[in-house]
Amino acid sequence: MTYRTYREVEGSDRSRLAEQVGEQRNRVVERLAGVERVIPVMSGKGGVGKSYVTAALALELARRYEGRVGVLDADLTGPTVVRMLDARGPLKVDADGVEPATGKGGVRVMSMGLLLESGQPLKWREPDSEQFVWRGTLEAGTLREFLADVKWGSLGFLLVDLPPGAASIANLANLVSDVAGAIAVTIPSEESGQSVERAIRSAIDCNVDVVGIVENMCSYVCSDCGHSVRLFEGSAGLRLSEEFELPLLAQIPFVPGQASTGAIGTLADALIENLS
Amino acid sequence: MKFLCIDCDEQMTFQDRQVPGDGTFAASFECPHCNRRIAMLANPFEAQLVNSLGVKIGGRTLEEEPFEQTRRSVVGKDNAFVDEEDTTGKPIRWSAESRERLERVPRFVRGMVKKIYAEYATEHGITEITPAVMDSARTELGLEGM
Repeated sequence: MTYRTYREVEGSDRSRLAEQVGEQRNRVVERLAGVERVIPVMSGKGGVGKSYVTAALALELARRYEGRVGVLDADLTGPTVVRMLDARGPLKVDADGVEPATGKGGVRVMSMGLLLESGQPLKWREPDSEQFVWRGTLEAGTLREFLADVKWGSLGFLLVDLPPGAASIANLANLVSDVAGAIAVTIPSEESGQSVERAIRSAIDCNVDVVGIVENMCSYVCSDCGHSVRLFEGSAGLRLSEEFELPLLAQIPFVPGQASTGAIGTLADALIENLS
Repeated sequence: MKFLCIDCDEQMTFQDRQVPGDGTFAASFECPHCNRRIAMLANPFEAQLVNSLGVKIGGRTLEEEPFEQTRRSVVGKDNAFVDEEDTTGKPIRWSAESRERLERVPRFVRGMVKKIYAEYATEHGITEITPAVMDSARTELGLEGM
């Protein structure tokens, strides 16, 4: 028996699944039309203070750009930005989209933390079984909706706090084609350095420019006497900077109970300089 | 996906969709030449493949709601959203039974579901939403789990 195959049958299929997916992508592009720069903040490794760097940088940029800064917390299973920026719901929804929460400094925030009960893990209603098969697709769908359905408005910067893992930049790059440049956050240890190296290579594979490296927790500074000691062995920030010929945007010390405003200011300066 | 009537060498056209509520879905197609009808019966795994992409077999008849996939899929908190009600069209009445049924929808997604049913009613010139209307909307729009 012979019969025509898909491409031989002229005319579109009524479901237009490919077109529906294309329309989803178009909505991302349209929504981000008012956003001047999308900046992913990535690490490849958890626990390096990536969300802290994202939140602190957002506050600093908001101070400089009259609040025209947004933070998309793409860490769906471990959202922390909401607390750091003191952003609260409920979120207003109308036909045009979802109004983001407003955090400290007027920073516009969208995060899974706004949708879940405090302390509750991310759970999916469906499917009933084999969730491990679908989880990645469902998470990608939520990231797409966070980009496309949130009324981000006119922003100078949209910082995207990516979850740990070298592949997370690929998910974003699939949805946003014109990423301005990623920031890679590491701590000084070589264990962290190696993970961040993988994330940088993933970004390069996805044709995402990396603006530079941030070395967080480069030292511990006593908040009483100002004495500084190293927290970790190694100099991963410097090593990555040299290996990839990327600027070391900032080295941020850990100061208990205090924001490292000086170092974050340096980071904001270096980011703006290197983006331009 | 296209369905071809081999005897007529004609592409079959989408007719309707059914969502029985057990995780599966069905869609029927008809040959425009010989009127032969077939039903595509998808198992839960196949249905999930489509749902997780946020697309609809047979195409969309209503605009996608903001956060539609997230609100359908995530077990979220009750007061996460405040949904603005559409006041542009004629007000839609809800029967007591349909209101009761709506109350059983998790609050995380209820506002969106209510809006979808109201839009469906407006599109079809229906002035009162009853459980029967909800059933037809659910089937036609592929509202699995709503």
